[in-house]
Amino acid sequence: MADTVFYAMYDDDDVLKDGAKKLVSKGVKVSEVFSPFPIHGIDPIIGVKNTRLGIMAFLYGLTGLMVATIGMNFFMIQDWPMNIGGKPSFSYLENFLAFVPISFEFTVLCAAHGMAITYLLRNKTIPGVKADNPDPRTTDDRFVMELRMSENSKFSADELEGLLKSTGIVELDQKELN
Amino acid sequence: MHKEAAIREPLVLGHKTYHEITEDVCRSIEGKAPRMWYILFSIAAIIGLYGVGCILYLLGTGIGTWGLNKTIGWAWDITNFVWWVGIGHAGTLISAVLLLFRQKWRMAINRSAEAMTIFAVFMAGLFPLIHMGRIWVAYWVLPLPNQFGSLWVNFNSPLLWDVFAISTYLSVSLVFWYIGLIPDFATIRDRAKKPVAKKMYGMLSFGWSGRAKHWNRFELVSLVLAGLATPLVFSVHSIVSFDFATSVIPGWHTTIFPPYFVAGAVFSGFAMVQTLMLVMRKAMRLEAYIHTKHVEYMNIVIMVTGSIVGTAYITELFISWYSGVEYEAYAFINRATGPYWWAYWAMMTCNVISPQLMWFKKLRRSLLFTFIISIVVNIGMWFERFVIIVTSVHRDYLPSSWSMFYPTHIDIGIFVGTIGLFFVFFFLFTRYFPVLALNEVKTILKSSGESFKDGKAHSPAFSLEEQHLASKGDSNHDSNNDN
Repeated sequence: MADTVFYAMYDDDDVLKDGAKKLVSKGVKVSEVFSPFPIHGIDPIIGVKNTRLGIMAFLYGLTGLMVATIGMNFFMIQDWPMNIGGKPSFSYLENFLAFVPISFEFTVLCAAHGMAITYLLRNKTIPGVKADNPDPRTTDDRFVMELRMSENSKFSADELEGLLKSTGIVELDQKELN
Repeated sequence: MHKEAAIREPLVLGHKTYHEITEDVCRSIEGKAPRMWYILFSIAAIIGLYGVGCILYLLGTGIGTWGLNKTIGWAWDITNFVWWVGIGHAGTLISAVLLLFRQKWRMAINRSAEAMTIFAVFMAGLFPLIHMGRIWVAYWVLPLPNQFGSLWVNFNSPLLWDVFAISTYLSVSLVFWYIGLIPDFATIRDRAKKPVAKKMYGMLSFGWSGRAKHWNRFELVSLVLAGLATPLVFSVHSIVSFDFATSVIPGWHTTIFPPYFVAGAVFSGFAMVQTLMLVMRKAMRLEAYIHTKHVEYMNIVIMVTGSIVGTAYITELFISWYSGVEYEAYAFINRATGPYWWAYWAMMTCNVISPQLMWFKKLRRSLLFTFIISIVVNIGMWFERFVIIVTSVHRDYLPSSWSMFYPTHIDIGIFVGTIGLFFVFFFLFTRYFPVLALNEVKTILKSSGESFKDGKAHSPAFSLEEQHLASKGDSNHDSNNDN
């Protein structure tokens, strides 16, 4: 299905944000924003939901803590209890204090790396992937708003163009996608 | 938009457009390296290679080539290890703790401070590894199933805690640093003209495109990583201090070691950041981003942590007397008046007196003075570790085994070599990596940029002249310059 895409370019993040607000209030669907840095407050305007990666980090951390506990219980209490200075290892609880540092480190290790890997996979930012920002300047000082005709069927192309032009754009690009 | 009080000093001096920030940071990557870079890089590489040679000789011959003896089993090796780990504390502290505290000034220095951290931890990790002597069995520190029966590493040992702490710290810092680097690599990729550079930065930037959802995730990941890295920073040097504190050697068996070591680590880490930043901002013409205010902020951190360290020294001294334990008391009398008195007093002078000078505003805003003090502090912190380690063990319970430590040329070669290697890494970093979190700095331009704060500029897209031409007649802004 052929689709017409508008790339509206701005030179100021706040102008883009105000523009997006205006467009959305008129019922236009903004499908994407490309920017060199995070524009604070743009997400609720264009309907980007908050990420749930934080929950994942917590789960990874919990996994790490569990693995560390199970592991140390097996190594130090079950498999080969060591009698150190007359303080035998009969139970995990009695020896728990010595296991705190590694439990903590392993929790952090798993939470941080688990979250980082999930983040890269979810973003599809992996070594070798090609970037798809519409203009090389969007990683420098330009901000691009993407509108799709297919998502804005109640407007004609001319209407959309007119609306965009009223929001302080510096350039407007139109592309046919297949 | 985040608003900042008008009386706060701006963080970005003069007027910068978004594009100029990119230009300023990319200049050193895209242009030719100055001759000075090649000279300094070569010197560092030669010193580093000499260090590698010494390490290879050590591994081939055995750690008998160090000046260790049966009384003094730990000396320069562990001193250097703790010194480098300590230095490696500033970067993650700057990017994690200061992120949680919403300190915007971190943005100018966090990238290079974190790079510094990672390279310092590389150097630190080297010492316990080569101290093993048989480095090829270094994997024995991991709890791996093995053919020696059910023989596991000892999870009660602080040395093993250290293995986990240092490796977690290194890998998490690396990830934190790299996640911040990805968007900046994308900027360089999109500007690159030469095909090789385009390809390389294309690989490094992982195909980053700057979508709104990605930035949303980016911000959360940075925040959560900062939250995870903050206790990590404090835990690492606490655990390093456990190496000593859980032993029963007078002078080591001290409950204040964890906080004292952490404060000392931040102290020396910030000093190293100062040393590097003061040169880097000049050499790379980044004075608009890293200026006197940043130096002053860091000097205040140095002053506070230096005072904590000073308090810890005095507390230690007092408790050794107050405890009534004669061995403990002797350990400290021996430190101050024994054969290593010079190391003790060097440590006291460098670490207790010099940071107190930062109470004077003139001094803490003086770049030259800061540079000198930052080096003094790092010398002092090396002596601190030397004093703690060597003077505590060189006279033990049995006077017939009292001994002295004399470093061999291999000891010296390896230590100096790690400094060389550290600078090799750092010079490569300044040449090929964005040394400033350039995209992050753009987020504070409108709230903390000088031209925006005093109302001269209205747009981050144009230079001041262009803006004045556009709005001629609008000239009721008088230039109220500060300092």
